[in-house]
Amino acid sequence: MPQNEPEVLSQAFTLGYTYTRSTGPVVGQFLTGLRDRKLIGNKASDGKVYVPPMEYDPKTAEAITDFVDVAETGVVKTWSWVNEPNEKHLLRKPFAFAMIQLDGTDVPMLHMVDAGSQDAMSTGMKVQVRWADETQGLITDIACFEPVTEDSKVAEKPAASDLEPITGVESPVYLEYNFTAGKATATFLSNIKKGKLTGGKCSECSAVYVPPRGSCPACGVANDENVELSNKATVQSFTIISIPIPGNPIKPPFVVANLMVDGAHQSFLHIVSGCENSDVRIGMRVEAVWKPEEEWTHAMESIAYFQPIDEPDIPREEIGRLTPKGEKNDA
Amino acid sequence: MAELAAVVGVGQTKYQTKRSDVSIAGLVREAAVNALKDAELTWDDIDAVIVGKAPDMFEGIIMPEAYLTDALGCNGKPMLRVHTAGSVGGSTAIVAASYVQSGMFKRILTVAFEKQSESNAMWALSNPQPFSPHLNAGAGGYFAPIIREYMRRSNAPYNAGIRVATKDRLHGALNPLAHLKLGEITEEQVEHSGMLWDPIRMLESCPSSDGACAMIIANEELAEQSPKKPAWIRGTAMRSEPTMFAEREEVNPLAGRQCAADVYQQAGITNPRKEIDCAEIYVPFSWYEPMWLENLGFAEEGEGWKLTMDNVTSLIDGGDTPWNPSGGVLSSNPIGASGMIRFAEAAQQVRGECGDHQVPGAKTAMGHAYGGGAQFYAMWIVSSDKS
Repeated sequence: MPQNEPEVLSQAFTLGYTYTRSTGPVVGQFLTGLRDRKLIGNKASDGKVYVPPMEYDPKTAEAITDFVDVAETGVVKTWSWVNEPNEKHLLRKPFAFAMIQLDGTDVPMLHMVDAGSQDAMSTGMKVQVRWADETQGLITDIACFEPVTEDSKVAEKPAASDLEPITGVESPVYLEYNFTAGKATATFLSNIKKGKLTGGKCSECSAVYVPPRGSCPACGVANDENVELSNKATVQSFTIISIPIPGNPIKPPFVVANLMVDGAHQSFLHIVSGCENSDVRIGMRVEAVWKPEEEWTHAMESIAYFQPIDEPDIPREEIGRLTPKGEKNDA
Repeated sequence: MAELAAVVGVGQTKYQTKRSDVSIAGLVREAAVNALKDAELTWDDIDAVIVGKAPDMFEGIIMPEAYLTDALGCNGKPMLRVHTAGSVGGSTAIVAASYVQSGMFKRILTVAFEKQSESNAMWALSNPQPFSPHLNAGAGGYFAPIIREYMRRSNAPYNAGIRVATKDRLHGALNPLAHLKLGEITEEQVEHSGMLWDPIRMLESCPSSDGACAMIIANEELAEQSPKKPAWIRGTAMRSEPTMFAEREEVNPLAGRQCAADVYQQAGITNPRKEIDCAEIYVPFSWYEPMWLENLGFAEEGEGWKLTMDNVTSLIDGGDTPWNPSGGVLSSNPIGASGMIRFAEAAQQVRGECGDHQVPGAKTAMGHAYGGGAQFYAMWIVSSDKS
C-alpha cells in the first residue's frame, strides 16, 4: 500500500487521582493548628525551630517531639515576583513567592506574599499571615502573607475547635498532557478511521505488529512497512471481567480477549461479543464488527467488538506463529 | 564478586489495608528502625541507603526518596532509588548487595515500601492511555489470559490455584506480620469467592496493603561481628525482557528461566528442588505458583501443578520444599515492598528467625520477585553457610 506521510494526531489527556494521605502525628498537628489559625513548629536537637515542623531531625535522624507555638509575623528572606499568574496559582493577581522566616523560627518556609506591586517587595520586609476565610486544616488555610503596616493588627482568634485532630488529607494530583501520536500510531489510526486494520512489518524478522510500534521490540530496527490486514482474528487467550472499568460504559461480565489478527504476530486486546461468554475459547475464530461508517474515528473503538464466525478453531500452537513449526523460538 | 555480603538485620512493619497512623516517612522509618534494632546498630553505622518502590502513581509523590532522607537518617550519605515495577523490592536488595560486594560500601540500609491506601493501586496500574480503548482491568486482567493458557497446556486440575490460595493463607496465619490472617480458610471458600477476572477468583488474588521492609547488608568482616546469625548472599541475578514481542513465551518467560539459571550457577545449585530448603516466590495470583515452579526449574514444564497438588510446597503439610511460608504476596502485598519481603523472609529462614513459620533446619533459601508484564526478574539465594 502507498506510504503516505500520516496526519499529525494529538490528544489532550489527563492522568491523576485524588490521593488520600495519612499525615502522621507531626504534620497532623501542624494542620490541626492551621485549622485553629495557629502556627505550630518544632525544635530540632540543635535548638533550631522549624515551621512546618519536621518529622525527623535533619542531623540526628531522631523523631522530633518538642512542639512550639510560632508567631504569625516574619521576615522575607528572599522572593520571586510572579507578574502573570496562571490558572494553577492560588492568587489571581501579581504576587511574590517568598521564603519567609517566621519570628521565633530558624528556617524559612515557602509561601506567597500579596504586596500589591513588585516595588512593595524587599528582602528583609516584615510580613504577617492573612488567614483564609474558612480554615480546614490545609496549608492553604494561610491564604498568603501580606506586608505589616503601622495599622495592621493581629486578628482575634476564634476559640480552638473541638473537632477531631487532623490525621489525613485529600491530595488531588492531576497531570494534563497533550499527547502526540508518533508516525506509526498516526498511520494506524488514520487507517482505522477509513475502516481498515493495518500493521507494521519488521524488515528483519518479518513479524507484523498490530497496532504497529514504529520499531520491532525483538530486533530493535525501525519498521516502515505497512501491511493491510483482514478483519478476521483468532482468540489467543481471554478473560471474563466481572468488575466495571472506570470510564468504560461496558457492563460486566464481559470478555476481553487477546486477539491475533490473521497475518499478525502480536495480539491486542479487544472485546469479544455476539455470543455467550461461556462459548469463548482459545483458538476461536472471530471477526471485527465495525460501527456504522459515520462513527469511525481515530480510535480502536471504531470497531465495536469482535464476534465469532463459522470457521474451524486454530490450534493454539499455530496462532501468530512466526518461526516454522518444530523450530524453538528461544534457543 | 570481590567481597562476600550478608544480611545482618531485617525489619518489617505489620502489613495491613491502611496505616492511617503514620505518614509514608513514618512507615519506612518503622521498618528501618526495626532492621537497625535487629542488627543492634545505629544510624551512624550505615554507609549508604538504597530505597525501592513501585510506580510513583501509587502515591502521587514524584521522587519520594528525596523527601525520605531525614526519616532514613541519610543526610550526608549516598542515597539511591531503584525502580523495576513489582520486582523492585528484589532488585533494590540486589543493588544494595552489589554495592557491598563491590567493596564500595561496607554496610548498607535498604528499604522498600508502598502505601497503597493513599491511592487505588489497581487502577494506577492500568490507567487509560491516549488513543487506546481502556480495556486493561488491573494486573489481574493482564495475567488472567496467561493463566488460562497455562491451564490449557498443562492440563492442570481446575483447583490447583485454589490449593495455592488456601495454602498461602494458612501460612500467613502463622506470620504475625501478615495482612490477611485466614487461619480457618477452606478450599470451598476460595472456590466460591467469585470470579474477578475469570479464571482468577477473588481469593486467588493478592490483597492491597500498606507496609515497608528493610534489610541491613554488610560485608564479610562486619557480618562476622554481627550479634545474630547472618544470611550469606550466595548468588544474585536480574533479567528483563520486553512486555510484548512476536512469539514471546508468556507462560514460561525466557528472562525468568535465564535469571534462575544464573543465580543457581552462582550458588552452585544444580537441583533446586533438592538443594533449596524453602523459597519465598512472588505469587500475586495463585496459579503463578505452579507456573513459577516450572519457570524456576523446581518441576519439569507442565508439571508444576503436581508439586502443588502433592502439597510439596506446604509448610503445614510437611512438604519438602515449602514455598511462601510467610504467606507470600497472597497474604500481604505492599507492592514496592513485596519483592524485598520475599528476599528478607528467605534471609530470616536461614537465620532461623521465622518463629511459627520457620521451616525446620532451613539452610538454603531463595528469594524471588517479578514485575511489569512478568518481564522483570530479581532472584537471590541465601544460606546459613558462607560457602
